[in-house]
Amino acid sequence: MARAKRDGAGGAALAGDPSPVVNSAPPDGLLDVRDLRVHFPTDDGLVKAVDGVSFRLDRGRTLGIVGESGSGKSVTSLAILGLHHGTSARITGEIWLDGRELVSADPARVRQLRGNKMAMIFQDPLSSLHPYYSVGNQIIEAYRIHNDVSRQAARAHAVELLDRVGIPQAATRVDDYPHQFSGGMRQRAMIAMALSCDPELLIADEPTTALDVTVQAQILDLISDLQAEFGSAVIIITHDLGVVAELADDVLVMYGGKVVEYGTAEDVFDSPQHPYTWGLLGSMLRLDRERAERLIPIKGTPPSLINVPSGCAFHPRCPYAELNGGRSTDEVPELRAAAPGHLVACHLPLSERRRIWTAEIKPSLDGSGQAREAKEAP
Amino acid sequence: MLRCPGCPRAPGLRAMIPFIVRRLVITVFLLLVVSMITFAIFFLVPRLAGQNSYQLAVQYVGRNPTPAAVHAIERKLGFDQPLVVQYGRFVRGIVLGAHYDAGPDKTYCPPPCFGYSFRNQQPVWPMMLSDLPVTASLAFGAAVLWLVFGTAIGVLSALRRGTVFDRAAMGIALAGVSLPIFFTGLVALELFSFKWPIFPNVQYVGLTQNPLLWARNLILPWTTLAFLYAALYARLTRAGMLETMGEDYIRTARAKGLAERKVIVKHGLRAALTPIVTIFGMDLGLLLGGAVLTEFTFSMHGLGLFTVLAIQNNDLPEILGVVMLAAFFVVIANLIVDILYAVVDPRVRY
Repeated sequence: MARAKRDGAGGAALAGDPSPVVNSAPPDGLLDVRDLRVHFPTDDGLVKAVDGVSFRLDRGRTLGIVGESGSGKSVTSLAILGLHHGTSARITGEIWLDGRELVSADPARVRQLRGNKMAMIFQDPLSSLHPYYSVGNQIIEAYRIHNDVSRQAARAHAVELLDRVGIPQAATRVDDYPHQFSGGMRQRAMIAMALSCDPELLIADEPTTALDVTVQAQILDLISDLQAEFGSAVIIITHDLGVVAELADDVLVMYGGKVVEYGTAEDVFDSPQHPYTWGLLGSMLRLDRERAERLIPIKGTPPSLINVPSGCAFHPRCPYAELNGGRSTDEVPELRAAAPGHLVACHLPLSERRRIWTAEIKPSLDGSGQAREAKEAP
Repeated sequence: MLRCPGCPRAPGLRAMIPFIVRRLVITVFLLLVVSMITFAIFFLVPRLAGQNSYQLAVQYVGRNPTPAAVHAIERKLGFDQPLVVQYGRFVRGIVLGAHYDAGPDKTYCPPPCFGYSFRNQQPVWPMMLSDLPVTASLAFGAAVLWLVFGTAIGVLSALRRGTVFDRAAMGIALAGVSLPIFFTGLVALELFSFKWPIFPNVQYVGLTQNPLLWARNLILPWTTLAFLYAALYARLTRAGMLETMGEDYIRTARAKGLAERKVIVKHGLRAALTPIVTIFGMDLGLLLGGAVLTEFTFSMHGLGLFTVLAIQNNDLPEILGVVMLAAFFVVIANLIVDILYAVVDPRVRY
């Protein structure tokens, strides 16, 4: 009975309308991405870097997008900013930012929003800052693109921003060049630059990956402080579930250009439903674990985006794919609600997934879980 | 470039003074080393090869000299003295001038004295000085042309990669790099000086004599010389620009919402031009020492032709002088490049 119902839903999905989030009315949230697809034609074939991604984000909320390299996280964020313009990318779907649709909009209009209403922090602050211009000048430039102010006023604003993100002696260091900053300070300067126009949407693409472990926590704290202060919506893109656990309200797990699991942070961390998410949790380094257990890697390699595996893109690496009698290899799984607001794309029956999670996965992760509970108890 | 917003301002440039002083000291030292090596090539190497000072002196006099004349020259040039003394005299001559005295025959060579050509019966320096404007006119004029056109074509090619423009420009550039000047020069002469005499009777006319004629007669040599270099620079600029436009900081500039034209010029071109500045300085410095092929093709008596004639006549003082002068230009060009580089790239300033 349940099986037949799911089959029906799968059939509808193949006929189009791949995501249940899609509707046609303009949204009331800040950001609403609907069925976003970013395809790159290459000599070897069509690269489906992002293939039908939908999510929404309200002001003051943080969304974590998680996935391996090549899962489409960064391509998604660049599409939101309109930075694929001028490349061979073919973009379809809708991106609504504060009531305006961006995919079909004039690139010049999107450019006016870029850096202004939406801003981005990149992975490697050294290569992302121009080596020939002082940090201050780069912030001043960002501010003056969208604000008609004098150089002096912009400079004062830059000093203020640098001070706010925790650069000591901001008034003198504003004239320093990126190479005179440490890695953490460079990322702080990047954040100051991104915040210069008080954006409503801030996208941080692996903001701590290139940094020292000791600096990572500081930068994450800074981002969440600033979010509270500026009230902006934040998208954190990362492969590090620890970062997501610390900052995100909602979590979007991507695999092979598609969303495989999407829900609140509680949903995804406390009752994850997708085998890929289980794999990510198993391979996550945790300091709170009692025993020095082995990390459990996910077998295999990320899928080719040109020849995406048939059916569920994760099936070649999925330890539970056989439980479905071939459905995983034949049929693309649909994003379906496992609980209200918790979407999962997996062919395993819900009851089966719950069973596997509580009986197999959770205990294997949870030398720690039990230990934590034991500590919290007295 | 100096007025652009975001370029280094006063504090940064003031910090460069120690850097410039250091480069200057190194440059003086470098010139000294160059003079030693040049001197050694002409005076030490023959001696090591077993030539005595008499045989050396033979090369400095005319054909079929009498032994007495050779001895006079030997004494006059001081070949009979130790090498260190000779080198001291050579450097002293450059700074203070030199007297070549042998018996009743007195010759004064005013500073900077790079030697005395006995074949031409005059000091080397004034001869080089009279040929220098020809080479300088050629080099600087062509340099402006190739820098402007080479980089412009390179940038456009990079921005329109794969288009008809790019393919055509790079095809022509390949031809430009491959065709030697004595071919393109002669074709240009044949077409525009003889067949359609737009530039008849191409010869060097001094800039002060007749500026218009100076420019008109130099157009063909300039274009010929610039064609070669512009082709090279177009390819270099294109490669540099393609690389730069893929850099992360270009993505950052776009993410700020900067207009594409500004992204290209302010963020892309500025970084892509840095290596071009280096090569440009070197090329110009080298050319100032003599644009041999161009001068030869267009029969213009500049330093290049001077060098060729000096070698043909086996006139050692002339060769020594022109080698020193060419080395001087290259060293100075290097100094200017170093300073420019520091102005452009703050990372090398300290």
